[in-house]
Amino acid sequence: MGLGPFRLTEVAHSLASRSLIRNFCIIAHIDHGKSTLADRLLESAGAVSQRDMREQVLDTMDLERERGITIKAQAVRLNYEASDGRSYVLNLIDTPGHVDFSYEVSRSLAACEGAVLLVDANQGVQAQTVANAYLAVEAGLEIIPVVNKIDLPSAEPERAAEELARVVGGDPADTVFISAKTGEGVDELTERIVEVIHPPSGEEDLPLSALIFDSYYDLYRGVVCYVRVVEGSITAGERVVFMATGEKRDAAEIGVLTPGSVPVDTLVAGEVGYLITGAKEIDRVRVGDTVTSAYRPAVVPLRGYTDPRPMVFAGIFPTDGDDYPRLREALEKLQLNDASLQIAPEFSQALGFGFRCGFLGLLHMEIVRERLEREYDLDLVTTSPSVAYRVTLPGDEPVEVRSPADFPAAGREMVVEEPWIKALVLVPPEHLGAVMEIFTSRRGELGPLNYLGTERVELTCRLPLAEVVFDFYDRLKSKTRGFASLDYEPDGYQPSDLVKVDLLLNGSAVDAFSAVVHRPQAYAYGKEMVTRLKDLIPRQLFDVPIQAAIGSRVISRETIRAKRKDVLAKCYGGDVTRKKKLLARQKEGKRRMKMVGSVEVPSEAFVAALRVRD
Amino acid sequence: MNPSGGLLPPDDPRLADQARKWRSAYLHIPFCEEVCPYCDFAVVAGRDQLASRYGEALVAEIRSAPVWGPLDAVNFGGGTPSRMAPELLEKILQVLSSRLGLRKGAEVSLEANPEDWTLQKAESLVAAGFNRVSLGAQSFDAEVLSYLGRRHTPAQIVRAVTAARKAGFVSVNMDLIMGSPPESASSWTETLQRALENNPDHLSTYSLTVEPGTVLWKTVRAGASPPDSDRQAECWEEADRECARAGLVRYEVSNAARPGHPCRYNLSVWGQGEYLGFGNGAHSFRDGRRWENLRGVERYLDTVESGRSPNRRFESIDGWAAETERVLLGIRRRAGVRTGRAGGALWESPKGRELRRAGILGLHGDRLVVERPLLTDEVSRAILTLPPPDSACLG
Repeated sequence: MGLGPFRLTEVAHSLASRSLIRNFCIIAHIDHGKSTLADRLLESAGAVSQRDMREQVLDTMDLERERGITIKAQAVRLNYEASDGRSYVLNLIDTPGHVDFSYEVSRSLAACEGAVLLVDANQGVQAQTVANAYLAVEAGLEIIPVVNKIDLPSAEPERAAEELARVVGGDPADTVFISAKTGEGVDELTERIVEVIHPPSGEEDLPLSALIFDSYYDLYRGVVCYVRVVEGSITAGERVVFMATGEKRDAAEIGVLTPGSVPVDTLVAGEVGYLITGAKEIDRVRVGDTVTSAYRPAVVPLRGYTDPRPMVFAGIFPTDGDDYPRLREALEKLQLNDASLQIAPEFSQALGFGFRCGFLGLLHMEIVRERLEREYDLDLVTTSPSVAYRVTLPGDEPVEVRSPADFPAAGREMVVEEPWIKALVLVPPEHLGAVMEIFTSRRGELGPLNYLGTERVELTCRLPLAEVVFDFYDRLKSKTRGFASLDYEPDGYQPSDLVKVDLLLNGSAVDAFSAVVHRPQAYAYGKEMVTRLKDLIPRQLFDVPIQAAIGSRVISRETIRAKRKDVLAKCYGGDVTRKKKLLARQKEGKRRMKMVGSVEVPSEAFVAALRVRD
Repeated sequence: MNPSGGLLPPDDPRLADQARKWRSAYLHIPFCEEVCPYCDFAVVAGRDQLASRYGEALVAEIRSAPVWGPLDAVNFGGGTPSRMAPELLEKILQVLSSRLGLRKGAEVSLEANPEDWTLQKAESLVAAGFNRVSLGAQSFDAEVLSYLGRRHTPAQIVRAVTAARKAGFVSVNMDLIMGSPPESASSWTETLQRALENNPDHLSTYSLTVEPGTVLWKTVRAGASPPDSDRQAECWEEADRECARAGLVRYEVSNAARPGHPCRYNLSVWGQGEYLGFGNGAHSFRDGRRWENLRGVERYLDTVESGRSPNRRFESIDGWAAETERVLLGIRRRAGVRTGRAGGALWESPKGRELRRAGILGLHGDRLVVERPLLTDEVSRAILTLPPPDSACLG
C-alpha cells in the first residue's frame, strides 16, 4: 500500500509532537520470534496490508530469510492509535540476533529509548539475550520483558518470565505474554510500549546533530543512511556535514520507512528516518558518525561508536586468479553495507592474490563467503580462520600478526600474546559437565557459576579466542544436544606459548596451510592435519609427501601414492557423447582445484582445520 | 570374412587410419533374461514377447534408412542378441544387406551369452551370414559370476566357444570383467589363463565400473565396497602381459586380438568412420552429425510403428569439435593418432608438457601416443580443455 499525499502531510504534522514518538528495538535470540513480532506490529499499525504481507518483512536479504536470522539492522515507522485516543509514531529499530553482531546491536540501541526483550517460552533466556539485555540496560533503555510463543504446547511461560526477571531485575508479573504467531497479547504489548518507553528528548532549536546508526548501499542512489535525529532538525535539500570525515553533501532526500521509503521534508529531534546524499563512497559516510548542518554546525559530535573490531581473520582467494579484480569489487561492495568487514590485499605463494579479511566472528565470515559466491558468482578458496597475535621480537615494537604465514618461524626468540575472550554460556544443569570439559580442554579458566532458577546455569569462562574460531560452536552444540547458548566479549591479550606449524606438500611449505598452535597441542595438530590432507587431496601423477613441521623439524608425515589408473573402460559408438560429457564434468571438477606447485589441491583442503575434531 | 587389415598387426597405424573410411551398422537388441547389476545400457528384462514386434520395427527402421553403404561391418549388440530367434536375426540381416549392401568379406558380429548359445543356434547364424561372435564370458570364477549377476557357469563358456568354432565362426571374442570386489588376484590370474587356453581370436578386458543409477551403484552408495582401482590397474597390467604372451596384440585400452582379428566395427568408431544405429537407444554418426534413437523400447516401438523417426538429439561434430574428437577417440588405440591440429596443440600446451614429463604422452613419428594407457583420461581431459583456435584459422 502507498501513502497518499494527504497522509504524508499528516505524518509530517505529527512530527511536531515529540511526546507521541516512541523509539524502540526488539532484543531476541535467533528463532525466538523477533521477525514474526515485527510483522505483527507492522500489520496492526497498518503499515503493511495483510494481502501484501510477505512473511517477515524486515529480513530483506535472501540469506537472512534462509537462515532465519537478521543481519542488517533496519528501521521502520509505524502509526499507532493507542487506547488513550492519541496517534503515536512508533519507530521500530531492528537489531541483529547473533553473537557475532553485538557491535551492531549497540548501534541500534543508541537510537532507541526502549527495548522489548523477547524470549521464547519454550527455550527460555539464552546467553546472547543476556548479553544484549545488559547492553540495553547500560545504554539506559527502558526494558519490556516479553515471553513469546505461549501458544506452543511445550511452552513454559512462567519459567521464562522468572528467568527474565532474574536477568534484568524486576517482577515476573511485569512480563507481557504474547504469541507473535497468533497475535495474542500483541495489542497489550503495543500499549505497554506507548506507556513505558519515554518519548525522545532533544531540542529542535539546537544545531542539527543526527546519529548514523546504519547504512546500506543502493546501486542507483548510493549510500542510504539510517539516522536518528538527536538535536535540531534536518530539511531536505540542506547542506550537511559528516563530522568525522568532514564530507560535505546535500541532503538530496530524507524520509521515513513505512517500511517502503516515503520522502518527507523535515526530520526533527527524536525522529528516525533515512538520509540520501548521493555519496557513493561508504568510507566518507561512516556508521557512527554525526550528521550536522553545514551552515549551523554542532560543536561537538555525538558520542559515536568505536570502530568495529574484527576478531577473526581469514584469507579469501579466487580459485581462478583472473577473478581477483572481480573479488576486489565484490568485497568493496559488501563493505558498503557492512562497516565491520575489513579487507587488506594479501599475497600467498600457494593461492596467489587475494584478501585477508577481518570478521566479527565465524558466522559473519560464513555469511560474507556465501554472499560472495552466491551474489557475485565467485569461486573462492577460504583459508582457515585465525586471530590477531601480538608478536614482539627482541628490541622491536610489538607487531600485530593476522596471518599465520606472517608468524615468525619457530626457534626465534620472541614474546607472543594472543587475544582472550570472556565467554558466557547458559546451559541446563545436566549438560554443565560437558560444557566445563570443553572449556578445560581448550585452555579455559572457569569462572563462577550462577543458577538462573533450577533449569539453567550461567557459566563464565576466560579462554583464548583462537580456541573458539575452529569448531567450538559445533562442539558445544553437539555435546549439549543444542541446549547451550554462548556469548562472548574480548578480554584483552595475554602471553602464550605458541608455535607455527607448517605443512609441506611435495617438500615445499604451503603458506596457506600454516597455523599458529599452542605448543603442547602442536604434535597432535600436525598429525591430524596430515591425515586430513591425505584424505582430501586426490592422488596425482606422482607420489606426494605431506609433512607437518615446526621450523625445520618434521613432526608428522604421510604420502599420497601416485594414481595408477584413470581411464574409461569402454568408449564405443553408443558412448561417445556420454563419455565426452563425463570427461567434461571431471574437467569441471578439476577447475575447482588449486594448483599448489605441481599438486592439485581441492578448495576444501584449505579449511580442513575447520571441521569438527573427534 | 576377410581378415581386418589382412596381415597387418592389430595395432598397425595404417589399419587405424584406414578405418576412417569404413561404414558400419549397429543393431540394438535390448532383451535380457535379467538386467545385470552393473549394466546401464538400454535393456529390458522379461519382455521377450515383444521380440517379433521389435524385429519388425528394426526392419521398418532399416527400410527407411537413407541410401548409403555398402557396409564393412555389422554389429548386433545388446542386451542379448543371442536371445532372439536366429530366423529373426537372419531376416534383419537380410533387410540390412539388401537396403545398404554388405561389402564382400564384411565383419558380421553378434553378442551372445554362453548360457543360451547352442551348436544349433550357432550353425543357423553362420548360415545366416554371421562370422564373428562376442561371448559375454566375464569370469571363470563362479563367485565372481554370481556377484556380476551372470547366470552361466565357467563350463558353459568353454562349451560356447567350442560350439562357435564348430559352427564355423571365423572370429571368436570373449569379454572379461576385471577387478570386481570378490575377485582375488589369483582368481583373475585363473580367469585370464582359462580364457586364453580357449584360444580366442579377440579378448576384451573391462574394469568393472559403477555407473550411476545401476543396482551396483545403489549398493555401493548404501555402503558396499566399490571396485578397487589399484587392483584393477594390476589386473590390466597382468592382462596386457598375458595377452602378449598368448600372441594377442592389445590394440586399444581394453582390447586385444590376433593379427587379422581386431574388431572392425570398433576400429571404425575409434577412427571416426561412419555408422548407422538401429533400435532403441542406438547411436549414429554420419555427415558430421551424431544422433541417437529413443531409449525406451515401448516408445521406440510406438514411434516407428506409427511411421515416425525415432532419431533425436542431433549433434554437430564439425570443425574443432570433430578435430578434438578425432584425437580423443584415436588415442585410445595403441597406434595412437596422427598429430594434426588438436594433437599439435595438445603437445605444445602446458598440460601436454606435464603429460610428456610424466611419461604419459609420447610422439612416434607424426603420431601422438599414450605411453601409459591406464592414464589415458588425463590426456582425454587435456584435449577437452584445449582452447579452440581463432575462428579465422578454422578454415
